Amino acid sequence: MERVAIIGASMTQFGQRDAWLRELLVEAGEAALADANVTGADLDHLYVSNMASGEFEGQTGVVNALAHDLAATPAYTARVDQTSASGGAGVYAAWQSVASGASECTLLVGGEKMTHRSTAEATDVIASLTHPVEYKHGVTLPSFAGLTARHYLETYDAPRESLGKVAVKNHANGVDNPHAQFRKTVDLETVLESPIVADPLRLYDFCPITDGSAALVCCPASVAEEYVDDDEYVVISGIGGATDTHVVHERADLTTMGGVRDSAEIAYEMADIGPDDVDVAELHDMFTILEFLQSEDLGFFEKGAGWRAVENGVTDRDGDLPINTSGGLKSKGHPLGASGVAQVYEVVNQVRGTAGPRQVDADVGLACNVGGFGNCVTTTIVEGAQ
Amino acid sequence: MSDNAHTFEAAVYADGSVTYPPHPVGPNGVERTDTLDLREYEARVVTWTTSTATPPGVRQPNTLAIVEFDLGVSYDGPPVRALGQVVVDDGGTDEGTPNDEAADGEDASEDHPGTDTQVVAIGDRVEPVYVSELRDPEAGIREPASQSWDGFRFRPVE
Repeated sequence: MERVAIIGASMTQFGQRDAWLRELLVEAGEAALADANVTGADLDHLYVSNMASGEFEGQTGVVNALAHDLAATPAYTARVDQTSASGGAGVYAAWQSVASGASECTLLVGGEKMTHRSTAEATDVIASLTHPVEYKHGVTLPSFAGLTARHYLETYDAPRESLGKVAVKNHANGVDNPHAQFRKTVDLETVLESPIVADPLRLYDFCPITDGSAALVCCPASVAEEYVDDDEYVVISGIGGATDTHVVHERADLTTMGGVRDSAEIAYEMADIGPDDVDVAELHDMFTILEFLQSEDLGFFEKGAGWRAVENGVTDRDGDLPINTSGGLKSKGHPLGASGVAQVYEVVNQVRGTAGPRQVDADVGLACNVGGFGNCVTTTIVEGAQ
Repeated sequence: MSDNAHTFEAAVYADGSVTYPPHPVGPNGVERTDTLDLREYEARVVTWTTSTATPPGVRQPNTLAIVEFDLGVSYDGPPVRALGQVVVDDGGTDEGTPNDEAADGEDASEDHPGTDTQVVAIGDRVEPVYVSELRDPEAGIREPASQSWDGFRFRPVE
């Protein structure tokens, strides 16, 4: 199996954009190709991670449009939809294309255009991923978060304030991310007094609705230095994908995301490392409670202890294990299909030392992208080339 | 509507495990062999939330609970739970009575304007209340004919 290098990475400004999806994909795709010193003509495979362009925009076939716009024809193309984990699943597809030997140069672009829809409409598009017995009760992803947060706080005797501190931390990180949707700090009082969205969770416990795109260029590590210098690329040392029950209430433990645990086990084994070896992580903090669940199910902290790590500053940028240095989905924004790609963009920059004011000391970075409410997960581990 | 007109159907599989909703194959990959009516079992609230940002066609606010059914000491399969809306007691014009069909189109939002009123608590015992239409099928993104829209809300019992 070929060792896979990431030789180019980019992301657009996240937020409320005038551009539509095709334009966002082109913007990120062109930037990643330029970062890798390749052109569309060099591509063997092209993937687009996108959850719902048909539902949001009435635009399907976006990957073929992008192939034409980037002059990438006759590259093989495929759109990857795995709900909120479409980006991570796209990373897996891109990795697989190169690792298998099917492609010598692959571009992955993730993107979503959402902000032209009302919150209620966007919420319903996302909630349409639920099982019919859930959907008919009007369940939304935020309401799953509220249900889980209450159960977590009760089970582990965690204070409500600990969830608020996730939002405070990630907003503070987002200030230094020029691509983030929100570049402003919030204090705990503001978080705890913001409007209730899904009791006990409030507005600042949730990520925003976002437009944006991100992209990666992959090739065999053996030829990476034909495109970029040895300090300009990283390798995907481990990657794993896994699922959990579609129906959330059927899980044995409502505070455990089996897909996170199982995908991480695969990724750790492939990389021949353990959770203690990870220096920086991007987690899918679509809701503050998810940062606790993932940090525990990835093995960073014992079950029920994730909240204590936040309380003790362990996950701060200057802590022992910085989590969501990008600002996370919470501050950076969450354009569904782009998010998993943008997570890897952040750890690529952390590992190759190009994260600017967000830079931490990192040789090993991990990104965990969650779809649905833990229904499907991809965990990716990135290490320096040497 | 008679008590037996609407069952809260769960599936029983060859290894004795039970799931709600029913699946073609059981959690351990074994075949489905029978059904049971969850109305016959005691249920308690595991967790709950009140959602204020609801999609089109859904009551606002929308209190939801995950409840767990007690299938007895002889049952050793995975937990049997259901997620459902919680009946909001509005002082007489409730959305339904146990196992009885409610009037169509009811909306609790005007009678439950905020989330300060806690209508359920962890550990509460609840009973299922049949409702013919849990949300407006025409208002959301999902094709109305693709699924059923009736079901059971949960009402706390003393």
